[in-house]
Amino acid sequence: MIAESLQLVADSTPFLLKGAGYTVLLSVGGMFFGLVLGFALALMRLSKILPLNWLARVYVSFFRGTPLLVQLFVIYFGMPQIGIELDPIPASLIGLSLNMAAYICEILRAAISSIDRGQWEAAASIGMTRTQAMRRAILPQALRTALPPLGNSFISLVKDTALAATIQVPELFRQAQLITARTFEVFTMYLAVAVVYWILCSILAHFQNRMEARVNQHDQEQ
Amino acid sequence: MIVAKGLTKQFKGQTVLNGIDLSVQPGEVVAIIGPSGSGKTTFLRCLNLLETPDAGQIQIGDISIDANRPLGGQQSAIRRLRQQAGFVFQNFNLFPHRTALENVIEGPVIVKKTPRDQAIELGRRLLAKVGLAGKEDAYPRRLSGGQQQRVAIARALAMEPEVILFDEPTSALDPELVGEVLATIRGLAEEKRTMIIVTHEMSFARDVANRVIFFDKGVIVEQGDAKALFANPKEERTRQFLRKFLGTTAGQD
Repeated sequence: MIAESLQLVADSTPFLLKGAGYTVLLSVGGMFFGLVLGFALALMRLSKILPLNWLARVYVSFFRGTPLLVQLFVIYFGMPQIGIELDPIPASLIGLSLNMAAYICEILRAAISSIDRGQWEAAASIGMTRTQAMRRAILPQALRTALPPLGNSFISLVKDTALAATIQVPELFRQAQLITARTFEVFTMYLAVAVVYWILCSILAHFQNRMEARVNQHDQEQ
Repeated sequence: MIVAKGLTKQFKGQTVLNGIDLSVQPGEVVAIIGPSGSGKTTFLRCLNLLETPDAGQIQIGDISIDANRPLGGQQSAIRRLRQQAGFVFQNFNLFPHRTALENVIEGPVIVKKTPRDQAIELGRRLLAKVGLAGKEDAYPRRLSGGQQQRVAIARALAMEPEVILFDEPTSALDPELVGEVLATIRGLAEEKRTMIIVTHEMSFARDVANRVIFFDKGVIVEQGDAKALFANPKEERTRQFLRKFLGTTAGQD
């Protein structure tokens, strides 16, 4: 029984690896575009220009207030009806990025707001522009605050990519579905896939810890 | 030369500064004293536009700001003015993610575009000047309050400003650390640096400042030669304030 299961997992390895490749692609891509868009949204949220602020608020409210699964369905199944047809991978990448951006916006906004006003003033007092102050004084400190929640979001994202299976993306979970449809070894395959997700997330958690240790350096260093 | 004309500031309908006029000559050390809420810190913060005055004009060196016109169009002049007016905060406000030396060279490198090695040389010299040679690579958290404030003074000096504005530079310090910061400021006064110092250290103001200004309720009540004003205040309000203050700080010098 155990030998058979192991044999099945061994035989499925090429498919699982291929699936894991897509999972990593969606995760890294979603995180990257989520960070870019999320940072832009955070700046809008902190802006004194009211329409920008309002737009970012509505965006965050919508993408946090609706299920990711529904968002993916709207993009993949819904948008062709208004003439926008996307392949599964771009569709899921867009959905995941848009969704991540909402969470990242809130993380970065909170982190930036948490920096003492005196830091902005100190930067201004030596003649810095707001952009220079943001880049040189505020962001490096805000990033330190933001790193743990960003890491958590990244880990959540890795697991959320499984939803892309519902729109035909051949990622990890989808591979397991395809294999079980053929072999009926449901328990073994889904457990194997769970372990792969676990490994991916553990690797991420490891890097998260290392990065946190790095940015916290100036706390410990003499 | 620093000139403020008719500086006015209101917070929520309450007048904090009521048309302040002040001019400071190069090399002059001016101490501003007065009770809490008298507007002295607000005045200092208005001088480099950390606080936005509702009306009035400010001139530092060859840069003028007119608060009667919208400030949005004067942003680059404001930044140039701030480079001319070093500011030392009550709470130091060092950049915690940068070492002492990095804090000092930040302005020269990023704002003035001084070549990095030249800025480092300047930074080392200034840290030595404030008595912190050897602490170049220390992060602010590893420094005492007095040391942090001296790094902040070096940071302000690094911009080679026309004037240094001190906002209660020793108020956040433990009593035993006050002396080292005051000694540093005293050293700058001896070099004939132009300085405006908001302070509660009365004996320091008397000994170091050329001129003392007494603020109350958003106006300058009285000003004059430091020693004369402390010895013989003309206004009743000044007398009351000094009596209360010197009563509690008597015997400190």
